[in-house]
Amino acid sequence: MLQINCPYCGPRSEVEFRCGGESHIKRPGPPEDVSDAEWSEYLFFRKNPKGIHFERWLHRFGCGRWFNIARDTVSHEVLHEYAIDMPAPTIIEKTK
Amino acid sequence: MSGYRLDKGGYIDRNTPLTFSFEGKQYSGFDGDTLASALIANGVSVIGRSFKYHRPRGILGAGLDEPNAIMQIESGPHTIPNLKATGIELYDGLQANPVNAWPSLAFDALSINSLLSRFIPAAFYYKTFMWPHWHVFEPTIRKAAGLGVSPNFPDPDRYEKRFVHCDVLVIGGGPAGLLAAQAASRSGARVIIVEYDPEWGGSLLNDPKEMDGTTSDTWIQKIVDELQEAPQTTVLNRTMAFGVYDHGLIGLVERVTDHLPVSSRSGVRQRIWKVRAAHTIIASGAMERPFVFPNNDRPGIMLASAGETYARRYAAAPGKRVVVVTNNDYGHYCAQSLQKMGVEIVAIADARLQKNTLLPGQIDLNNYPVFFGMTVTDTSGRHRVRSAQLHAIDDSGKAISGRSHNIDCDTILMSGGWSPVVHLFSQAGGKLVFDAKAQAFIPTSCEQNIVCVGAATGEYSLAKNLIDAAKAGSNAASKSGFKCGSMAVPSVEGSEASTVRAMWQVDVSAIGGSEQKAWVDFQNDVTASDVKLAIRENFQSVEHVKRYTTLGMASDQGKTSNVNGIGVMESVLKKPMAQVGTTKFRPPYDPTTIGAFAGRRVGENFAPLRALAAEQGHKEAGAKFDDYGGWKRPVCYLQGAETEAEAVQREAKAIRHGVGIFEASPLGKIEVFGPDAAKFLNRMYVNIMSTLKAGQCRYGIMLDENGVVFDDGVLGCLKENHFLVGTTSGKAAAIAEQFEEWLQCEWTDLDVVTDNVTSAWSIINVNGPNARDLLQKFDCTVDLSPDVFKHMQMREGRLAGVSCRIQRVSFSGELSYEVAIPWAYGASFWQALISEGAAFGVCPFGIEALMILRIEKGYLHVGSDTDGMTVPQDIGFGRILAKKKSDFVGRRSIMRPDAVRKNRRQFIGLENISDESPFRVGAHILPPGKVAPPAHTQGWVTSSVYSPNTGKPIALALVERGTERYGEEVQIWDLGESRRAKIVRPGVFDPEGRRLHV
Amino acid sequence: MKRYSALSLFREGLNDQKGWQAAWRNPEPKSEYEVIIIGGGGHGLATAYYLAKEHGITNVAVLEKAWIGGGNTGRNTTVIRSNYFFRESAEFYDFSVKLYEGLSKELNYNIMFSQRGMWNIAQDRHGLEMLRRAANAMGLNGVPAEFHTETEVRRRIPLLNDAPRFPILAGLLQSRGGTARHDAVAWGYARGADARGIDIIQNCEVTGFDIKNGQIQGVKTSKGNIKAKKVALAVAGHTSVLAELAGFRLPIISYALQACVSEPVKPVLDTVVMAMGTGVYISQSDKGELVFGGGIDHYPSYAQRGNLPVMEHTAAGIVDMFPQFSRMRFLRQWAGIVDVMYDSTPVVGKSPIDGMYLNCGWGTGGFKAIPAGGFCFAHTIAQDEPHHLVTPFNLKRFETGALIDEATGAGIAH
Repeated sequence: MLQINCPYCGPRSEVEFRCGGESHIKRPGPPEDVSDAEWSEYLFFRKNPKGIHFERWLHRFGCGRWFNIARDTVSHEVLHEYAIDMPAPTIIEKTK
Repeated sequence: MSGYRLDKGGYIDRNTPLTFSFEGKQYSGFDGDTLASALIANGVSVIGRSFKYHRPRGILGAGLDEPNAIMQIESGPHTIPNLKATGIELYDGLQANPVNAWPSLAFDALSINSLLSRFIPAAFYYKTFMWPHWHVFEPTIRKAAGLGVSPNFPDPDRYEKRFVHCDVLVIGGGPAGLLAAQAASRSGARVIIVEYDPEWGGSLLNDPKEMDGTTSDTWIQKIVDELQEAPQTTVLNRTMAFGVYDHGLIGLVERVTDHLPVSSRSGVRQRIWKVRAAHTIIASGAMERPFVFPNNDRPGIMLASAGETYARRYAAAPGKRVVVVTNNDYGHYCAQSLQKMGVEIVAIADARLQKNTLLPGQIDLNNYPVFFGMTVTDTSGRHRVRSAQLHAIDDSGKAISGRSHNIDCDTILMSGGWSPVVHLFSQAGGKLVFDAKAQAFIPTSCEQNIVCVGAATGEYSLAKNLIDAAKAGSNAASKSGFKCGSMAVPSVEGSEASTVRAMWQVDVSAIGGSEQKAWVDFQNDVTASDVKLAIRENFQSVEHVKRYTTLGMASDQGKTSNVNGIGVMESVLKKPMAQVGTTKFRPPYDPTTIGAFAGRRVGENFAPLRALAAEQGHKEAGAKFDDYGGWKRPVCYLQGAETEAEAVQREAKAIRHGVGIFEASPLGKIEVFGPDAAKFLNRMYVNIMSTLKAGQCRYGIMLDENGVVFDDGVLGCLKENHFLVGTTSGKAAAIAEQFEEWLQCEWTDLDVVTDNVTSAWSIINVNGPNARDLLQKFDCTVDLSPDVFKHMQMREGRLAGVSCRIQRVSFSGELSYEVAIPWAYGASFWQALISEGAAFGVCPFGIEALMILRIEKGYLHVGSDTDGMTVPQDIGFGRILAKKKSDFVGRRSIMRPDAVRKNRRQFIGLENISDESPFRVGAHILPPGKVAPPAHTQGWVTSSVYSPNTGKPIALALVERGTERYGEEVQIWDLGESRRAKIVRPGVFDPEGRRLHV
Repeated sequence: MKRYSALSLFREGLNDQKGWQAAWRNPEPKSEYEVIIIGGGGHGLATAYYLAKEHGITNVAVLEKAWIGGGNTGRNTTVIRSNYFFRESAEFYDFSVKLYEGLSKELNYNIMFSQRGMWNIAQDRHGLEMLRRAANAMGLNGVPAEFHTETEVRRRIPLLNDAPRFPILAGLLQSRGGTARHDAVAWGYARGADARGIDIIQNCEVTGFDIKNGQIQGVKTSKGNIKAKKVALAVAGHTSVLAELAGFRLPIISYALQACVSEPVKPVLDTVVMAMGTGVYISQSDKGELVFGGGIDHYPSYAQRGNLPVMEHTAAGIVDMFPQFSRMRFLRQWAGIVDVMYDSTPVVGKSPIDGMYLNCGWGTGGFKAIPAGGFCFAHTIAQDEPHHLVTPFNLKRFETGALIDEATGAGIAH
């Protein structure tokens, strides 16, 4: 069970949160200028990396705020937490 | 009958005798015994039959590594299958039965399998039973498989859970664990120490030492007392760490009452602790390995350490004439120890040459013969071992023909070396390496804050382990920010690390021995020849060998067998142990009660139901309740001997002729404020919402970003920049969450605040032609007169002195007010409506009547008349879409080719032209004519009732091109039966909507 | 290939079982193959088998990073069924059940397909309506299914709780559904493929692709470079990782799907039960273990580790539906990495790279699809054109919006 450090409340267990998936995805628009392919990329296509993933989480049963984390999808280690409107930090992957 | 009770010694209480039964026969033991020790003390040799060949089996170990002594405990509601006798504390009246023997242990019908063993090697079932069909053989195979019997009654016990945080968790209450805990605890850190056993002390219980000039018993007691008194320290015996999960979460299971007689148990049976530990110290010790030689599974053949444990801890001598077979020094210590307790040692076979031992000079070779360079190559005996055959072995471990002895004995104790208990460490992601000196997989590094101490590291010198353990305890505490003083480590009599000769399998090829009876995995009946067969057939990965032979997959999860299995593989594959590698260690460490994982989430607590504000009032009115999306809501109100269907029809009729009341409190209510509130709502709804004026309401739908209709409801404008979003009952939380997701993550520029006030306001819906008259009986500041408070408007005010929000909206097609007042007043408002309404013949109505009314009107119910494929164009929102120019959630998705194709299923009504009974929801719609599957479906019935107000069955449906096909006949197909229907516009009652505006 | 039978087993019994051949060889990779299949799980091995058997293509290598059958094929709850709502799914999965029905004999390898029936149980009013809709869809799709009342459900599954938290309203039985021995499916296909000359190469990890002008030329592996004009991916949860090496992205998220088994007990449950209100998914293996499907951890993961929350939820569901199992014990829990697409329907077809083919997106339902998945994928590779049964399982649907989402149609996901 993950322990996630909510930037607003401190470390809490996985069950208090909801993972919102990959972060930093730009919503294309206006609709009439977006092709089906672009829209499909936005809706469905994901990096899904085996390694560092930048993703957004909601502290659902806590402060109710969204924030970003950088998490390793293999070890599940959380390397960084940052505000929802911050750009993804540069993280050098540990050599395994 | 060979084990017996020693006259003195042991940690048993001879003043408290206990009786118990095994296989229906009565025995006696003492408080402090385990079931296993009591059986041994009573001379019981055969305690089970093996899984596949039904060979008689005796007790092999003394702990959770036990593969043979599998028991069905108790009967009736308290029964538990598959418990290990070695882990069961004896209590008075305990009933135990073997699990895999029919009709009895002494005579087991399926022991015929043993004679057939050469024809049914590992994995034989993949090669046969195909003709004529697997189904012919399967029932027999299944009946033969399985161990104990599942309980047949609901569990009478309770379970609970605790969630705790600590700085240092110590797993294992042996000398290393205790000292580590003491070191950490003295710093003031929050420490938890857990021990599976009821007793503290671990290896010291078997092997008492002089420590700091006192006995180890005293030393243990002192530490335990100190830990128990430390305010920040939690001391848990009878508690097993079963799993290590991510981020320092460790699962423990505490056995609270399992050791008590059934009749004196009360309260919680077991408790799961979820411990979030900053640092974990694993002091789980090591397990001894058996030898793999022919007929190594006879009753009376036991691990040496188990033999010592039984004698030392429980004063239960394992046998009367003991042969010890070893490849390391422990076999000798064990023999000496047993001999001191009065157990006769007949001989020792040490696979090592004498010059390779570090053996202490104190071994008196005159006490009993010690055969160096020899090992056991076969045994005899049926229900108890009767003799051991010894052979000299060469440098490669091969038995040498001719140089043998036969020794009469009733017990063989095996010490095949030690394997550190690395299961939890490995679960945590810790890396293992194969250590040549210890001949074992030992722990190295772990990304989590977890270290091993004591014998779990593969180091067996107590003196050294104590120093390391104290250090580990201090380190863990100081890393958590606590100051540690220097720890005094007790001095103990030293014992040097012993050398081990690798003996994964005794090679009996030169003496004509059979590997087919040399067991590696006792419980699953896997032999050395099985492992070799797997390898011959190219199942060479350690995981393949495991899965093909089932080695290590039994209820002991291979604790005694895995490393020997890897050793056998090494010898065949000519690959070092490290490269063969281990299989994955999976939680739980030992099987763990399912009910304990469920905890208190049973019965109603499985999914607690939310109660309405006026629940008591509904009960008094005769409500029949059901679960609607987690709310306990009235289906209908039963009068007299009415059935549910009759009540629903009566209610639906009454509303259209008078007035009814309905509690609609679960309707979602989300307030949206701020300068950008209207702009935000425009982006959330398909409809244009920014044009809404204060006091007005508008019906709207919301989509998900994939364009699917997600929810509908009424949006009210309280005043400029302040809106009240109404959602369906089931979606309130989800929509409140979505609003925030869009605002926090995407449209961070919008100045909007949302507040989910669903549970702050109760809503009573007053519905029917007389609704206004009834409400006017109340002292209300809102003017209800029809010319000032029109359909689709809302007002705020006070009702009987309490704030209220009234929306004139309708899901029935009648004059209808949804009156929201603070939740706490909902119950009294309901009561007042009942009493004031008496004069109007007020009719409380439930959800099903409301459904009839809305189906009569052709009003859509999202989730019933829509599904995860429905887009707004399908439900008549085409015109609204055309008018709206700006973007909203899901807009781009409903512009995709699939959303605008011509043959989409559309929302329509159905008229039954076959008969007078309603169609079934879920029936499919096809063109008229014969149906020959596979047949293309055109849609399905989504809502269907008998309409009391039009006197006929009516239905709503989603049908391909439905709105172009009004008047067309279709076939309604339900589980093979067909009826006829005509496609009509939805809404058969008051299609012009006049009654809404009265 | 030495045939397996009771007689050969008997003969080998007299010979100390010494005469059995390797079930497959351990060849070194050649420098070039006609087709390279990446992934030695059920789908990859079945594809290899059908390439040889149906299309006569035997110059094929199956490259497996570790040991064959070690991914989701060996980590699932072994359920086989075809109760699907959409015509597209129903045709495909029913074909898969049919292939499974003949598979033991075809492969001469007993995969122990036990057609014990598969129940879906409705536990609320809405669920009941959805179940009826699904039952009718199956009927119209030509898939045998029986819709039963509560009384009949209880008669057939007497263990069900008398008063569960969510009532038992009705059940949908697919009597041809059941369970099979999952490892045997991989091994049987491997043996069959090997016998037809296909090279199964274990411990061979793909580290890159050789792509020229948008056309695949070969793969880079831990055992050297291997050329092939056709490369097929069947790597489930790791598809995104290989797609990234090839330079494209997919609509996939990898999650850890949790599962667990109890200790073995004598036969107590003779069918497969999926309860829609409690999420319980349970069957009993030939060995006697109760096998429980858990659920996924709802964040992307490549860790095949057990997790506690799903287990706690699973246990609570079990106790609610089968209170007598409360005193039984979990023996083992684990996770598999599943490749989930938005609509939980797979992609079997061409990739954006010429000569590279995709078999992915099976999500939590890949095991039951192995025979049909392999059959259709082999066709797709051999003909360079999707088999008609998998034509709807394309990537284009994510652009057009024509998703095939079982959960939306029947309330039963894959």
